[in-house]
Amino acid sequence: MKKTFIYILGLSLSCTVLRAQETVYPAKPQQGLVFLKNATIHVGNGQVIQNGTIGFNNGKITAVGANVAIPADDVKVFDVNGQHIYPGLIAPESNLGLTEVEAVRATNDYEEVGEINPSVRSIVSYNTDSKVIATLRTNGILLAQVTPQGGLLSGSSSVVQLDAWNWEDAAYKTDNGIHFFMPRLMPRANPFGSSGTGPATDAVKAAMEKVASVKSFLREAQAYNAGEKHDETNLKYEAVKGLFNRSQKLYIHANLVKELIVAADFAKEFDIDVVIVGGTDAWMITDVLKQYGIPVILEQPHNLPVMQDDDVDQPYKTPAQLQKAGILFCISNEGFWQQRNLPFNAGTAAAYGMTKEEALSAVTLNAAKILGIGDKTGSLEVGKDANIVVSTGDILDMKSSVITRAYIQGREISLEDKHKQLYERYKYKYDLK
Amino acid sequence: MKSNPLPAGTPLPVQGKKHRRFLAARLRYFSVTAFAGCLLAGFTASAQQTWPVNGVAGPRESCYAFTHATIVKDAQNTLKDATLVIRDGKITAVGAGAAIPKDAVVIDCKGKFIYPSFVDIYSDYGMPAIAPRTFSGRGGGAAPQMLSNTKGPYGWNQSIKSEVNAVQVFSAEESKAKTLREQGFGIVLSHQHDGIARGTGVLVSLASERENMTILREKASAHYSFDKGTSTQDYPSSLMGAIALLRQQYLDAQWYKGNPAKEGVNLSLQSWNDNQGLLQVFDAADKWNALRADKIGDEFGVQYVIKAGGNEYQRIPEMAATKATFILPLNYPQAMDVEDPNDARFVALADMKHWELAPTEAGAFEKANIPFCLTTADLKDAKTFLANLRKAIEYGLSEQKALEALTKTPATLLKAYDRIGSLEAGKLANFLITSGPVFQDNTVFFQNWVQGNQYVLKSEGWQDLRGTYNITLTYPSGSATYPVTIKGTPSSLSLVNKDTIPGKIEVDGQLVKIVINNKKDNSQQVRLSGVIGQQPGVVNTWSGSGTDDKGQAVSWEAKFVSALPSKEDTVKKKSAPQLGKVYFPFSGYGYETLPAQQDVLIRNATVWTNEKEGKLENTDVLVRNGKIAQVGKNLSAGSARVIDGTGKHLTAGILDEHSHIAISRGVNEGTQSVTSEVRIADVVNPDDVNIYRQLSGGVTSSHLLHGSANTIGGQSQLIKLRWGANAEDLKFKNWDGFIKFALGENVKQSNWGDRQRVRFPQTRMGVEQVLADAFTRAKDYQKAGPNKRRDLELDALVEILNNKRFITCHSYVQSEINMLLKTGDKYGFKVNTFTHILEGYKVADKMKAHGAGASTFADWWAYKMEVIDAIPQNATIMQRVGLTVAINSDDAEMARRLNQEAAKSVKYGGMGEEDALKMVTLNPAILLHVADRIGSIKAGKDADLVLWSDHPLSIYAKAEKTMVDGIVYFDREKDLELRKRISEERNRLIGKMLGEKKKGAPVGRPVPSREEIYHCEDLQAGHQHHILDDAYQQ
Repeated sequence: MKKTFIYILGLSLSCTVLRAQETVYPAKPQQGLVFLKNATIHVGNGQVIQNGTIGFNNGKITAVGANVAIPADDVKVFDVNGQHIYPGLIAPESNLGLTEVEAVRATNDYEEVGEINPSVRSIVSYNTDSKVIATLRTNGILLAQVTPQGGLLSGSSSVVQLDAWNWEDAAYKTDNGIHFFMPRLMPRANPFGSSGTGPATDAVKAAMEKVASVKSFLREAQAYNAGEKHDETNLKYEAVKGLFNRSQKLYIHANLVKELIVAADFAKEFDIDVVIVGGTDAWMITDVLKQYGIPVILEQPHNLPVMQDDDVDQPYKTPAQLQKAGILFCISNEGFWQQRNLPFNAGTAAAYGMTKEEALSAVTLNAAKILGIGDKTGSLEVGKDANIVVSTGDILDMKSSVITRAYIQGREISLEDKHKQLYERYKYKYDLK
Repeated sequence: MKSNPLPAGTPLPVQGKKHRRFLAARLRYFSVTAFAGCLLAGFTASAQQTWPVNGVAGPRESCYAFTHATIVKDAQNTLKDATLVIRDGKITAVGAGAAIPKDAVVIDCKGKFIYPSFVDIYSDYGMPAIAPRTFSGRGGGAAPQMLSNTKGPYGWNQSIKSEVNAVQVFSAEESKAKTLREQGFGIVLSHQHDGIARGTGVLVSLASERENMTILREKASAHYSFDKGTSTQDYPSSLMGAIALLRQQYLDAQWYKGNPAKEGVNLSLQSWNDNQGLLQVFDAADKWNALRADKIGDEFGVQYVIKAGGNEYQRIPEMAATKATFILPLNYPQAMDVEDPNDARFVALADMKHWELAPTEAGAFEKANIPFCLTTADLKDAKTFLANLRKAIEYGLSEQKALEALTKTPATLLKAYDRIGSLEAGKLANFLITSGPVFQDNTVFFQNWVQGNQYVLKSEGWQDLRGTYNITLTYPSGSATYPVTIKGTPSSLSLVNKDTIPGKIEVDGQLVKIVINNKKDNSQQVRLSGVIGQQPGVVNTWSGSGTDDKGQAVSWEAKFVSALPSKEDTVKKKSAPQLGKVYFPFSGYGYETLPAQQDVLIRNATVWTNEKEGKLENTDVLVRNGKIAQVGKNLSAGSARVIDGTGKHLTAGILDEHSHIAISRGVNEGTQSVTSEVRIADVVNPDDVNIYRQLSGGVTSSHLLHGSANTIGGQSQLIKLRWGANAEDLKFKNWDGFIKFALGENVKQSNWGDRQRVRFPQTRMGVEQVLADAFTRAKDYQKAGPNKRRDLELDALVEILNNKRFITCHSYVQSEINMLLKTGDKYGFKVNTFTHILEGYKVADKMKAHGAGASTFADWWAYKMEVIDAIPQNATIMQRVGLTVAINSDDAEMARRLNQEAAKSVKYGGMGEEDALKMVTLNPAILLHVADRIGSIKAGKDADLVLWSDHPLSIYAKAEKTMVDGIVYFDREKDLELRKRISEERNRLIGKMLGEKKKGAPVGRPVPSREEIYHCEDLQAGHQHHILDDAYQQ
């Protein structure tokens, strides 16, 4: 095969042939070496390579650097002059593929009934044909952790890659964690007015009883899994076995200080890997989180402050505060379609105290580490999966980021999506160029 | 109370049961026949009554003379050593030299004070208990209730209860009466606290007599509120709905006077009209609601007496401007238990400050010369009234004003000052006998006389028994004398013998118990029991029997020897409390004094003019008198303050076309499909911290919209974010009125659960019919003759037809957009703006032909079925087809980043940067018909400007300074100072609250302070969940 140069100009899209989404196919496995050259490469670990080149083969990165030698033959070389190359972004917390239209109940598959459902698995209802998925790829998001919600122990999440025929193909790391939704540990308003002492129902106490029920479940499960044989099989206990050998993490969804302290107590008692999801007020107790080495999947900075007295930009600057405190954290975005704004949440974090490369790590490498896939992806390093995004400009700034190419495990994926197709359809109607 | 022992020294007998029946009989005779709504009294004696007597009748006139008292006739006039004479429940004489009738029972009140007893003008004494409110309607699970379920010929709305007369449901409640009498009250104006129109109030005394006798005026007042109370009907669900309902009632009542045939008999309207001549009292219960109530009053020529809620001190100039008399409750918030710092975090500084400052309210009203009464209303326990009143005095209220507010002011309001409210001949014998000045901390209330009936509140201490005595024990064989000293306070005595060994004395009415200790170890005790002598002129001759220190039976007598050397009762003068300042608005981020307008020169910035000049580098902008005076290079600053804009970007302020911030108590009146009568203008809430937060994101104006729960929603209000201003001053002056319409899933209640299948429409077909019906009615109404019933709902629609009010329509899918365009064509109205309009790109050509503009989300989709085809290129297509396109927020959080939302069209649609910025500045101004004043940087326009740290479309841009009318309302540096102040002030108040707890004061649960955050899709997905909402879940 001849050495091929493909020049990508300006803002034009790499794919100009429009097809209905049903004929947008998942890409075939990578065959042959590919090089992207003359780009600003943001490695994901803080490092930036000017005028760099990245090469990958069989789905793995083979070379990254300013002076990468490109073999003379049998390679595809793309000159992406002036553009930026990033690791594929990771949405660390989402119900993507578990719902299609939020208000339409029939499309919702992310919340089971019951309080203790650790054996429930999100991966089996992940719908690779969701029209939403392609709209995330368009913004550089290539991996997502899909999470069941509801109750106390909602089930296990899995990490998926966003270009697949079915959920088995999509699975990137299956059942990587068990999710615990901590009940709110906040005093409740008195229905009889603010000055009343009100009824004796103490919401915090009731919530702590629920927490205790989760603890006692875990104690029993730990004991069960330590035993060798059982006359009766308990699927719920077996579902959390991985927690105790650290092949799974316990993701505790908690936001307020008391909740975070209680979450830390889980790490202490069970000697397991605990990750905080949410962490609104994590900035207030970074010492505790650091002491127990608890990482945080931080809720989106694009949020209102909790309290009217809080600093007006508190949610914007929380990432910088965690960074400064030395907490391992990544930035998340709520929901499913909303995930396409994930990079901009990182951008806001950069506007309010982080460096741009730190903010990038918060949606790439740090997310990978926290989700247990840091050895495979999250940064553009030799040996890792070739999960790569090419952007015309700063990917964290909506003003300047148009994604021109993306690769998952070396496969060049389609950047077509429903929105672009409708756009073209109506440009056609109105004779717009 | 009456069975209590009499105080020592009070001559017997007090008037008994028979007398009361006698008095009652005469009152009955007159009150039924003679006066309609007049006070009793002023009649000649007649013993006739309808009530039979079981036994022997014993009529009495009960004449009493209270002598040697300090008589406080009213707040201004005090008589020393004076006499008060009463007969038949009325005062017959007051004065220093008042003659004592021969048949008077004389009560020596030496050292005592006599005051007119108090009047509570806002009571529910004797009213039936009101069933606790049950939440009904949407979201609560119940099916909607469209009409009143009150049976009978009454009005359509269950919360209008003008036909209720308190007198007809009144029944005396001795336990409550007793509590109120103990607090000094003799008269109350009572009404049923239920509904928006609550009917009439009854003026009653607190005598524990048959109801027939205690009613002073059957209908003394008419009452209103914004709270629909126990009404189970859906409408009104919001504050603005309640206001609209009140307005319409005034109009309907007027119209009803013409006996409209189709209305039939409507007793609610009839009573409404009948009640207009009475004192009109409005339970506003909040500072802004006080202004809202007063405004309704102004519209219909009514001056309400306004019942306050306790936070009115936060806006004293506005309260004064109402010219209303206020009724102030004294229910001060309890300190909260803020020991746990993680709980204390959820208590807002505003709530802490309110806790500290609430007791200043009455004093603040006095200082501002705003007339007011005081009430026990809202107190959890009426027994705390006096203690709270004393607190108000400690916090700045004068005692004189306090007395006036409890006597003359309410009596005068009720036009009853000729009968109650002071001590003068001819008035009711309603008075208090106290040990000292009425509001002093250690003053004891001895007796409260109501309509000539004595109620003993405390007998201990009536007579000062302190002094030295000789107690003589008499044995069969002789006698022994013990000199003792009785000291302490008049109501709490102690006894010591000559060796100063403490003994014991207990006085219970006339009975006394004495223990004399001869030894400190109590081994030799003399124990005596007896009575305190009552013979007139022979005071303090005590006698009885007992046992001596050896156990022998003795008789005894005590003789007064001498008084104790007089010692001034020292009343500790409390030092004035140290208090924080009131902020405007009352929020952590409020100002101590409002910022002033200042001339400013922004020098050397990149200026995005939004005019044909485009983006100008290194340019100056001069602001003078709140307007942009000049745009150019090297401008002379003159006296203007210079702000260096080097490296920064200056843009016009952001205008959010679709906002729901700063709205009180409900953004949707979605209980009917057409509610064009409701107005956001009525419910603007200046305290919402989101005003400040949005200033920090460069927003300077917000179009506050009604929600999208119904097809024709309410009228909207454009405001400028003048943080600190009151509602009127927030409003954008002289703008064309707008109104919210809505189509699609919200309107047809698709996502509201299975019970919400009652309200028409349930389909998009029905939505068209709602519109057709509404505009058909409006056109017929317009044609109707001059005597038509004025209908505020149709008035608004007629305004639309006459191009005097303009439509912003919530809409998503192309079919419904097209439908509204065609409906507009058919009925002759234009759709000014389609808001949300996520499928606008599909029918942009049709919208253009109609002349409609668009205001859309940048990238929202997939949150419900009707947004399944929403695309982020929507704005770009519509703009390229030629529409005026804006990007809106509908979200308090996203509004802070509208510049970034605009930038998304650069990303997704390749829109030019200047065009993108216009979508959140100039274009919404065009859509709202205010582009002549805001939206671009041009000489003559309002100086609503934002200085950005970076390219204004960039994620990295921060608003450093945001100004409205040339006033800098947000300044990132000043903001840092505010944060510091918040932290210090919180610290101080938490310390103060902890101090309360340490002192043993009761403390309440630390209740998370909630903000009202609304979206137009109230019940919809798509918006973020706020953590504090969890504290309010049922």
